[in-house]
Amino acid sequence: MAETAYWEAIRRAHDEEMARDKMVIAMGEDIGVAGGTYKATLGLYDKYGEDRVIDCPISENSYTGIGIGASMVGMRPIIEIMSINFALLALDTIVNAAAKIRYMSGGQLQCPIVMRTPGGTAHQLAAQHSARLARMFMSTSGLRVVTPRGPLDAYGMLKSAIRSNDPVIIIEHEQMYNLKEDIPEEEFFRSLEGAEVVREGTDITLIGYNYSVHLCLEAAKRLEADGISAEVVDLRALKPIDRETIRESVEKTHNVLVAEEDEAPVGVGSEIITGIIEDCFFALDSQPVRIHAADVPVPYNAKLEKAAIPHADDVYQGALKVLGKI
Amino acid sequence: MKDADKKRLLREMIFFRRFEDRCFEAYMERKIGGFLHLYSGQEAVATGVLDMARTGQGEKNDYVITGYRDHIHAIKTGAPAREVMAELFGKETGSSKGRGGSMHIFDASQNFMGGYALVGQPFPLAAGLAMGAKHKGTDQIAICFLGDGANNQGTFHETLNMASVWNLPVLFVCENNGYAIGTHIDRSTAQPEQYKRVDTAYNIKSSQHDGMNIETVLKEAKKAIDYVRKEQKPYFIEFMTYRFRGHSMSDAKGYRTRDEELEWEQRDPIKNFSKNLIKEGLITEQDIKAMEKEIDDEIENDIIKFAEESPEPKVEELTRYVLDDNPDPRWVGPLQK
Repeated sequence: MAETAYWEAIRRAHDEEMARDKMVIAMGEDIGVAGGTYKATLGLYDKYGEDRVIDCPISENSYTGIGIGASMVGMRPIIEIMSINFALLALDTIVNAAAKIRYMSGGQLQCPIVMRTPGGTAHQLAAQHSARLARMFMSTSGLRVVTPRGPLDAYGMLKSAIRSNDPVIIIEHEQMYNLKEDIPEEEFFRSLEGAEVVREGTDITLIGYNYSVHLCLEAAKRLEADGISAEVVDLRALKPIDRETIRESVEKTHNVLVAEEDEAPVGVGSEIITGIIEDCFFALDSQPVRIHAADVPVPYNAKLEKAAIPHADDVYQGALKVLGKI
Repeated sequence: MKDADKKRLLREMIFFRRFEDRCFEAYMERKIGGFLHLYSGQEAVATGVLDMARTGQGEKNDYVITGYRDHIHAIKTGAPAREVMAELFGKETGSSKGRGGSMHIFDASQNFMGGYALVGQPFPLAAGLAMGAKHKGTDQIAICFLGDGANNQGTFHETLNMASVWNLPVLFVCENNGYAIGTHIDRSTAQPEQYKRVDTAYNIKSSQHDGMNIETVLKEAKKAIDYVRKEQKPYFIEFMTYRFRGHSMSDAKGYRTRDEELEWEQRDPIKNFSKNLIKEGLITEQDIKAMEKEIDDEIENDIIKFAEESPEPKVEELTRYVLDDNPDPRWVGPLQK
């Protein structure tokens, strides 16, 4: 095992896959000579050259489209979009092309691209650099959407995403790139499907994904001090969603809370709770609760920003509410 | 050009015209649904350019991609016409197994990489195909056919810039028919001469030619294709042309005058090429009549019959082809605890 930062895990996955298969290339803004905004491709330009670690002009829609075109003829592009906000510029090629080409062609072609992008609120980056937008991608047929919570998944899911024949959107988070974890030194893969119980408990299920898993884990610790045993489920994949793991947990705890950093309407929480109502409504002892961002563009002012997004304390308070303790 | 080639090209263009005419009828008979964009009038462009491209060699073919007016590009690249018609009829035997329709014809076995309905979307996809070919070290090129209307999308500018910076072997064929759906180019585009929009702006060589004359198209396309293949650089070629029918079937053509239409009909690529071949003594009017009859019979007795008699896709297979239907369990299987 080796202690590895989230960014190092991503870099390692790139490096191993690029060394193995020359069809694997990386594309994005400032990923080559500059080494990458999040260091995810640090040193790889020197190792693999400018034809495989491609510095792109600021043209998100078209360089993503070029990656998609290349993937249709056998290449495996890993496309970094510097912020998920900028991925909106590439929605046409992702949603209208990559997600649909296999289907429209009757299965003749495929678009095995990986698009990596951080979605989340960091420190006072204001409205146009703080969106989450996971809900936008999880509503699109033909995509896989995954949200690694730490280095283990960041490495193992990127490895799987590169080898998968489907277009995969990997949503990272600006607050997580320096998060460290021990991960095996030998090669491994983590499935692009399946939720995971990351902490076992019996009284309430706290469901999170990406950064909000950490809010759930912190809240679970505080709940434990109050004598409440919280189970934490990391969704890991937002498309497809693993409803079975969620159902099993809810049938055990009978209470549920979903924590998302995104705004609530038409979001991850809405989707998960609807699934719970469809799958195991009668297992519930209480009303499900969503913890989510305020329905506002993320403000610049630090106090306002703090008030706009959920924190571990909100998850803790929400859990107490679900359980009728407040 | 050899005499046999001239006769073959005339026959192909007549076939393409009759094929589209028959699509029109089938649409009126409600055998074809959705949107239908016909290519009548522009035949010399796809016929001439693709005659000079590498086709007929399956996976070694050049890559061809286009917009939604795609039937003829698909057939000329190598997609069987009966499968294209079956696709329009929504049948399982269609080019895209009935999942795509008129605007989304695909034949990956011939490197016909699809018709796309988002105007301008094929620009980056084409550059990506070219990048793939170059990366693999083949001498295939990508050929992207789009109309003048597509050149006002951001993808045009973004892609031409990258194709030039990265020296991608892609030929951009602009079929300038003068209208972006129903808006005349002079009312939508600051520089109506499309070839002038790329040379200094993106450092890509470009030229403009008559797209109603098959012999001109053949000659100029050959030069452009040779350049792209040899130099491993993009080229932009503009052909002036005209569509004889509306933008789609729902188009009443109220935006253009009858005088303008008649003027362009004088330049009909099929009529004029026929006249030339008659003048050269290669063919007679009776030969052409016989050719037309033979084509109509083929369309009716083979192509339409095949489309009519083919089965529809099974509803039980509705969700096939959304994702990889046989994924490797190592990447997407049950999560290891």
